[in-house]
Amino acid sequence: MTIASSLPLDSGQSLPSVTIAYQSYGALNADKSNAVLICHALTGDQYVASDHPATGKPGWWARMVGPGKPIDTDRFHVICANVLGSCMGSSGPATPDAATGAPLGMAFPVITIADMVRAQAMLLDQLGIERLHAVVGGSMGGMQALAWAAAYPERIASAVVIASAARHSAQNIAFHEVGRQAIMADPDWQDGQYYASARAPTKGLAVARMAAHITYLSEEGLTEKFGRRLQARDIKSFGFDADFQVESYLRHQGLAFTDRFDANAYLYITRAMDYFDLADPHDGRLSGAFSAAKDVRFTLVSFDTDWLYPTAESRRIVQALQSVGASASFVELSAPFGHDSFLLDVPALDRIVAGALGGGF
Amino acid sequence: MALRPDLAIIAAAVPTGSRVLDVGCGDGELMAALRDQGVDSRGLEIDPVNVTAAIARGQSVVQGDANRDLADYPGDAFDYAILSQTLQTTERPDRVVDELLRIAPRAFVSFPNFAHWRVRLDLLWGGRMPVTRLLPVAWYETPNIHHVTVSDFRDLLRAKGIGVEAAWYLSGDKPTSPAAATWRAEHAIFLISR
Repeated sequence: MTIASSLPLDSGQSLPSVTIAYQSYGALNADKSNAVLICHALTGDQYVASDHPATGKPGWWARMVGPGKPIDTDRFHVICANVLGSCMGSSGPATPDAATGAPLGMAFPVITIADMVRAQAMLLDQLGIERLHAVVGGSMGGMQALAWAAAYPERIASAVVIASAARHSAQNIAFHEVGRQAIMADPDWQDGQYYASARAPTKGLAVARMAAHITYLSEEGLTEKFGRRLQARDIKSFGFDADFQVESYLRHQGLAFTDRFDANAYLYITRAMDYFDLADPHDGRLSGAFSAAKDVRFTLVSFDTDWLYPTAESRRIVQALQSVGASASFVELSAPFGHDSFLLDVPALDRIVAGALGGGF
Repeated sequence: MALRPDLAIIAAAVPTGSRVLDVGCGDGELMAALRDQGVDSRGLEIDPVNVTAAIARGQSVVQGDANRDLADYPGDAFDYAILSQTLQTTERPDRVVDELLRIAPRAFVSFPNFAHWRVRLDLLWGGRMPVTRLLPVAWYETPNIHHVTVSDFRDLLRAKGIGVEAAWYLSGDKPTSPAAATWRAEHAIFLISR
């Protein structure tokens, strides 16, 4: 959907118009009270419960969203929008410049998590949905859910925040910077104006994805899955081929990612995450962000093997919510998959999400 | 399913429309009963399996430790705090009582009475730490690290200048009189206030 009105951005710039690509599942009821917004993570997209058009793979949260699933599309009208700055149809660095018709590249303004949420609110305005039954997200999706509660507390009844944080830590920023430098060091990046050339910074983007992918897993998970096992060989090659299974896996992950993701979009979205600190506009007091959100029901979940957004970050949010008297639920679940646990088979998470949305599962 | 008798007593004493924090709420059994009678209740519970079950029931529960995490709640955030069957497991029961009455003007505190006649006889004749219906775990693995009697608790309240608005004493699942409580009560429930 293209929205003709201008979108003001945190940077002080604005987008004259904005396009938001979205998918929806399940029927909107007559009084429009059953809408659930799902916010996707860094490299996610709007295809939460339907096959990805480029890869043909099932939706990234198909295990959670669908008929009879914890987020039950027989009960809820589920909306998932591609975030601002991404590359699956929403406005981003690959969007053509209105004047020249050439992709904006680095002329696209730097955006923030709050900007993404502002664009989602504009989308809901266009759809005639005044208030959400819930906004749900994991990782960067959780940041958006928190930003919703801070910016539009009257428009959401509940927020479900999984494996997330209210700010990016120095370590989070550091890993993102490694990824961005890998992209920008690729000669095919061409200062971001690679769209018209036959070359794209796929090597840099693949390295960025490899580094990031490690942060999504746990050491325990990696050891269990790969150990020191060799890849399709019995002895070490004494060379720099992918001798180890873990190397081969990461190379594959990196390469496959470049088929479905735009390098510039990766730069913009990681930047938006790095700038995220919900307490920043409130003199560092996180409770200030939630001062108008005490009627929102919050549910937070962390995972014991997630070292990217550790439990302490969720607890910090819970403390801020308790200090303003908001209804907060929180649990640290045990799961072996690291940060990626929110996407994987963790039955306790299913029950919690269903309960947070007011249903049994 | 019928509520545990001590929980039923507490549920009956909480007025509709009040705000309650259930400390050590388990899987949200009492909170579910309170919700049915129009009480806005929140929970604090240490065991993640219980927390998951309570959230799955639609309850608002935070995983946390009563020894540490009560400090995160602002003063007078609730009308009532509830601590049922948990006091004897805390590191510093006196400080937990202080915290309860900081968070809410009134608190329900229930605990197994360690001076029940059967406990006394066990200790007197058996010479061993009693294992009872309400305290069913051997001394080396019990979470009940601060055994307390009705008289002990009354003394603590007196020393702190804390008022008792009501008290209930259960023998088996039946009420028993305050005068006989130190001997006869297996279980005591106090409604205390600042």
